[in-house]
Amino acid sequence: MTAFAENRHDQEWLGGVSIGHVKQSDAVDLSHKVILYLEGISVSFDGFKALNNLNLAIDAGELRCIIGPNGAGKTTMMDVITGKTRPDEGRCFFGQTIDLTKLSEAEIAHAGIGRKFQKPTIFENLTVFENVELALKMDKRARKSLFAWLSDEQRDKISDTLKLIHLAEQADRPAGLLSHGQKQWLEIGMLLAQDPKLLLLDEPVAGMTDDETARTGELFKSLAGQHSLVVVEHDMAFIAQLGGKVTVLHEGAVLAEGDLATVQNDERVIEVYLGR
Amino acid sequence: MMRTPLAVRFLQATPKSGWLALAVFAALTFVVLPLLHLAVPPESPLHVSTYVITLAGKIMCYAIVAVAMDLIWGYAGILSLGHGLFFALGGYAFGMYLMRQIGRDGSYQSDLPDFMVFLDWKELPWYWAGSDSFLWALFLVVAVPGLVAFVFGFFAFRSRIKDVYFSIITQALTFAAMLLFFRNETGFGGNNGFTDFKRILGFPITSPEMRVILFALSAALLMATLLIGRYLVVSKFGRVLAAIRDAESRTMFLGYNPLWYKLSIWTFSAILCGLAGALYVPQVGIINPSEMSPANSIEIAIWTAVGGRGTLVGPVIGAALVNLSKSFFTQTFPDYWLFFLGALFVAVTLWLPDGVAGLWKRWRATK
Repeated sequence: MTAFAENRHDQEWLGGVSIGHVKQSDAVDLSHKVILYLEGISVSFDGFKALNNLNLAIDAGELRCIIGPNGAGKTTMMDVITGKTRPDEGRCFFGQTIDLTKLSEAEIAHAGIGRKFQKPTIFENLTVFENVELALKMDKRARKSLFAWLSDEQRDKISDTLKLIHLAEQADRPAGLLSHGQKQWLEIGMLLAQDPKLLLLDEPVAGMTDDETARTGELFKSLAGQHSLVVVEHDMAFIAQLGGKVTVLHEGAVLAEGDLATVQNDERVIEVYLGR
Repeated sequence: MMRTPLAVRFLQATPKSGWLALAVFAALTFVVLPLLHLAVPPESPLHVSTYVITLAGKIMCYAIVAVAMDLIWGYAGILSLGHGLFFALGGYAFGMYLMRQIGRDGSYQSDLPDFMVFLDWKELPWYWAGSDSFLWALFLVVAVPGLVAFVFGFFAFRSRIKDVYFSIITQALTFAAMLLFFRNETGFGGNNGFTDFKRILGFPITSPEMRVILFALSAALLMATLLIGRYLVVSKFGRVLAAIRDAESRTMFLGYNPLWYKLSIWTFSAILCGLAGALYVPQVGIINPSEMSPANSIEIAIWTAVGGRGTLVGPVIGAALVNLSKSFFTQTFPDYWLFFLGALFVAVTLWLPDGVAGLWKRWRATK
């Protein structure tokens, strides 16, 4: 990993709403070995409880899989962690000190949480190279972008990322022309360029070929340890390949937790999700 | 690799063909047309009339507005239907100075502008303070549209108002401002606005030399707008804008705060409109609240759409095409202008989604 100059600057506050960027990517307090901590999170939409007293703790360096039937609250959980949705109740901490419920999406990204959407979301009108460039960890304020200039290290980092996701040949093509699987890879590559401490991946292998899926699994396993990963998936073979702890969500709460075999043999899990 | 100096990057942002076109344009607007107007006697067939100079100057002001519109609509995906407001505010700001330059040569031979004498006001309202200073007028031309855009944009973008909702609010904003400026009590001449200008910096405003200077200044501002605009859209700032336009939430989760990106390009766009308005008013000799009418702002969007969004040069051509047809139609078939404009908009939307610039690109591709 390339060392980036550490940038810290003041947080701007206005009218009680935080509107500036904050960079504290090196300030995540991992003293209790927990990188993400959700406690008693509840979210309801028009009376429907999307999350109902959800408790979850992810260890630093862990690779965690989340499964559950549709509507179990998996995506809502990611929305809460990344600041898109504010919880009605509960606490959501990144490390020991960073309260995610008080930060904007951009600030959470700077703090070191990256997110891959369920549907591949990339910038279709920009080239593959430019997509990764925008993701790259750097000062992302508007006035800096006006005069931004890629250093050699940054160019190297982009080309390394492109090689890793097998898109080096496509660097100058508009990203909109990529295949579905390639778009998934590009988004994963953007996440890596962002160099987050915690990666949230919502159905990262949907629409990939078996070969691509296997390669993605290898990549994720190689990332664990240095990074923490939370993977939401339906593909049980992929989850088996990843081999981490599995959490089953049901009706907005944790139904079961443990290694894949334990979870698969759990009566309640079989009842609501896996089917008999 | 060495870090390229900013000046070099700025020069490189516009391609060689662009610089060549600008050089030709500069030669025409700074040398050829002024000479043909000033030095060639009116009897000569080569003489360029005051009408042509004024019309071209006016169209260049419109073209600046169309490029400013392209920066926010074409590159940032924000459709403003209230850009006429910023144009008019710049015009009014400079118009105040022009009114003060009339001095005692007005109908009432008073130090106050005629409309104030007519309203039986005895002194200038507080916000007219300093309006006899040219520099203060220039400051207001930039500051007033800039500040209005900044404050409005801050709240709109912070509340994440987007798409058609944003467009409707901008339309309401310019309409509300028009109603405000229609009132005599507002202190800007009511529905008559400002007119009968006499001088700029003591020089007669209708002299051929002054007309040529205003014409050349409009051309200079248009060229500067194109060059700065090109730098903006090829810089990383421009790529982030395109990213926000195409997938705003993705941009936020990458750590960009769209608020400041949108707000800076929005405010810059408004300032360009204000400057264009300030150059427009002395050339046409009048500014009144009808410049703030919703229809005017919609017309700006049509210029940009006709020329081609996201191309910068396209909107210049769009503004010229639409306004030349307007001059033609309003003289020859005055009743049919709006029908023609409507038909043009429908036709461009249906068959030329990328405007005239897109047509050019397609033609180049087939060759």
